[in-house]
Amino acid sequence: MTVLTSRKPVRRNVNGTPPPGLAMRGAKGLILLIACALVVVPFLSVVSTSLADQQQITEAGGYVLWPERPNLDAYRAILAGGVVTRALFVSVGVTLVGTLLSLACTALLAYALSRPGSFAHKPLLMTVLFTLFFTPGIIPMYLLIRSLGLLDSYWSLILPVLVNAFQVLIMRAFFMEIPRELIDAARIDGAGELHILTRIVLPLSKAVLAVIGLFQAVAFWNAFFNAVLYINDTAKWPLQLVLRTYVVDNTSLGVDGTEIAGATLPASQSIQMAILVVSLVPIALVYPFLQRHFAKGLLIGAVKG
Amino acid sequence: MAAAVSDTRATAQAGAGPAAAPKPRARRRARLRRDRLLLLLAAPGIAVVLLFHYLPLAGNVIAFKDYQPYIGIVDSPWVGFANFSVIWNGDPEFLNALTNTLVISFVQVAFVFPIPIVLALMLNSLLSERLKRLVQSVLYLPHFMSWVVVVAIFQQMLGNAGLFNTFLRTHELGDFNILGNPDLFIPLITAQVIWKDAGWGTIIFLAALSRVDTELYEASAVDGASRMRQLWHVTLPSIRGVVVLLLILKLGDALTVGFEQIILQRDAVGADASEVLDTYVYYNGIIGGDWGVSAAVGLVKGLVGLILVYLANKFAHLLGESGVYQK
Repeated sequence: MTVLTSRKPVRRNVNGTPPPGLAMRGAKGLILLIACALVVVPFLSVVSTSLADQQQITEAGGYVLWPERPNLDAYRAILAGGVVTRALFVSVGVTLVGTLLSLACTALLAYALSRPGSFAHKPLLMTVLFTLFFTPGIIPMYLLIRSLGLLDSYWSLILPVLVNAFQVLIMRAFFMEIPRELIDAARIDGAGELHILTRIVLPLSKAVLAVIGLFQAVAFWNAFFNAVLYINDTAKWPLQLVLRTYVVDNTSLGVDGTEIAGATLPASQSIQMAILVVSLVPIALVYPFLQRHFAKGLLIGAVKG
Repeated sequence: MAAAVSDTRATAQAGAGPAAAPKPRARRRARLRRDRLLLLLAAPGIAVVLLFHYLPLAGNVIAFKDYQPYIGIVDSPWVGFANFSVIWNGDPEFLNALTNTLVISFVQVAFVFPIPIVLALMLNSLLSERLKRLVQSVLYLPHFMSWVVVVAIFQQMLGNAGLFNTFLRTHELGDFNILGNPDLFIPLITAQVIWKDAGWGTIIFLAALSRVDTELYEASAVDGASRMRQLWHVTLPSIRGVVVLLLILKLGDALTVGFEQIILQRDAVGADASEVLDTYVYYNGIIGGDWGVSAAVGLVKGLVGLILVYLANKFAHLLGESGVYQK
């Protein structure tokens, strides 16, 4: 019986249906291999170029796939305290503060909305839900940020994206799955709302808090357009804007003599790629954790529920 | 179920005081008192939603005004629908942005949408679970890169000094200018969207595929179904709901195409080839100072998007699917 319910034997043995032919399997493997190569090769080239010396880059005519004489000069240059270093601090700060505040707001709101029948439950839920169906528009948003005096403030990168209705709904669905009996029992024992939240609900929801927190962190780290809109002062630019200026536009940022330590600009190829790699490091760090949760299908399950 | 439980709790607590059944008003007050802490917990989140999602909607009034930043929103003179004339009269720049938006949207539904489905079907029929995991983690990765990084990587691969052109030059095949070519702009940004999100897009289809009852495959095989027929009658129906859902979401977003992505590359090919509605609003309004007209275009775009979601959802109901929200 167990043999019958697993899929592999079905493909192979049942009358009439041939197992996938070798050609078919080969074609499938080849397509997936090419797809993976299209992702891996560019990253390899970026990392290699950042490590290569100028001589090899010049000889190769631009980019290299493997550094012959790898060195960390480019990294030393950008981390020596110039524009890139400062932008790195800005991005790290905005990401940390933003993620913590965002996670707190999302969790509290989701918890407050997880009790059907509570006071004003429906109107509050609708208030959050409706934001899924419209976006305020660029111009009104800009006018709001300006009239709040948030232009050129780091808060303009954090506050507008603090609450995402989708994430609130995911977390709410998760909180609602927690058995009522557990919460009712605690209440009978005299536990207050805060006690229930901090001692029962949140500890049981570590996984969903971790996933949503990581997604928020990645979004804060990668955010680009809000900074284009609201931050004019180049000294306050996050890393993505510096990356755009140096790498995509291939120009330099002439701010008060704090250029990339002594490098002639536009920055050399390896320096450009080193900036790119630095911007990828945090993503690479959290990716394994994110992945563990894809495997569980946690997020999708929550969305569907 | 949960609602029933908490309702009994509500009546139990509210009714615990006076012996007679409490009046609705008193009950409301009792509920307010009982839930005041919950409301307090909701307050910061609700405040942010009201301030940054609802309040900006009021800013749309400048679509009906001749907005002058130095006078302010309130004191700027009303001009009725004058700002909307670029839409009714078909201002060439606006029409260009509209056409580009629609073309890009259509191309992306046609060429981008099917790829995750095909990839998911392939991944789902791999023999080794470990290989599947490995391929998944490689293909999901680009989704977590910012658009700045994706564009930079494409420049590195396809730019004039990039890997591709370097290869052509060393083999004396000449240059092939891809990034600065307006005719290739749409294929380029489509390729970027595929590179970034096709892998990630498989996740939702794989989730749907994993819920297919394997007995269906056995039963159909016993009935003599070939592999193709199994695909058609068992596998594909299992993802139909998800496909409809995603197409609806896509349709609702038909007027929104890769804003960050396009703004990063607009200078290389010029506005004719790359301007879309969002970038039109940005460059005309915030850069160009034509606030009223930009707000009008943004407002119409938002309203049309809302109508599109509504219509698409109606259509899904007609097809017997549940769509984004239930009836």
